Amino acid sequence: MTPGLIFALAGVGLFVLGLGGVILLAQSLRRILAFNLMGSGVFLVLVGLAQRDGNPDPVPQAMVLTGIVVAVAATALALALARQFGDREDA
Amino acid sequence: MKGHNLLVRLVIPILALVLGGTLVFAILDLAAAPVDLRGMVAARMAVSGVTHPVTAVLLNFRGYDTLLEVAVLLLALLGILAVLRPVATTPVSRPGLPVLETLAGMAVPLMVLVAGYLLWAGAHRPGGAFQAGAVLAAAGVLLHLAGRLPAWVSPPMFLRLGLGFGFLVFLTVAALLLAEGALLRYPPAHAGVLILLIESGLTLSLGLILAGLYLVLAPPPRREDGGGEESGAP
Repeated sequence: MTPGLIFALAGVGLFVLGLGGVILLAQSLRRILAFNLMGSGVFLVLVGLAQRDGNPDPVPQAMVLTGIVVAVAATALALALARQFGDREDA
Repeated sequence: MKGHNLLVRLVIPILALVLGGTLVFAILDLAAAPVDLRGMVAARMAVSGVTHPVTAVLLNFRGYDTLLEVAVLLLALLGILAVLRPVATTPVSRPGLPVLETLAGMAVPLMVLVAGYLLWAGAHRPGGAFQAGAVLAAAGVLLHLAGRLPAWVSPPMFLRLGLGFGFLVFLTVAALLLAEGALLRYPPAHAGVLILLIESGLTLSLGLILAGLYLVLAPPPRREDGGGEESGAP
């Protein structure tokens, strides 16, 4: 059990937690956060799996680096959409 | 309806656990990757123009991905600007807390310095345009929270140019290199300079875009029925 493998398994945990949240939670803000959790889990799996033999692999790391920034931007867009159109009943 | 909800609340976690178990099993069972990307990167490091493998992958070997990714960031900001209805009044920057204001005054120059260092360090150690841009954006958010920087209602022309600058530099380099034969295949002799040029533009634009994501969303939403402030509600 290398640290990389532990990271990947923790990533699975985050992904499943986030997936449950996306399905079960009602408010859009919570769902957006849960979706972010899923994304973080995927990043952790990508980086962790690639270095499960102990040596870091720069290719998935570069992909995850851009992925994090895109996730931030997508979250902001989702928040803007949620603020403008979501949860009308309690607005 | 109530019983149905309860059923869903019981079934979904069980399904999620099953999925998690399957994924854990799949990861533990996964064979080693058939392609040795690490070796391929290491073999080509000499012609990449930088000495840090992540930066080499990001801006040289997979520069195409990064180019499109910056375009996606711009698109997200444009989407937010399009979705949010314009606020009726220009938001005035509220005076911040004195402690926060002092702290921001001390921290922001240092953050700009750190961003410059991260940009420069990206060539040979962890760092680069994305990290530097994130630090710049954090400086912008801090200035807004301290009341020194107003939120963006609709970015003026020079700001729009700054937002697109990094992408345009990247695109120009890519287009010029197209004449050499392939998109973003740098000549090894100039790779280092070109990467630094692209990263400098990206740092500025990413900082503005990431700060913009916050600053555009910062003004309070306008009530649609024109009721104005909450306190004035009937």
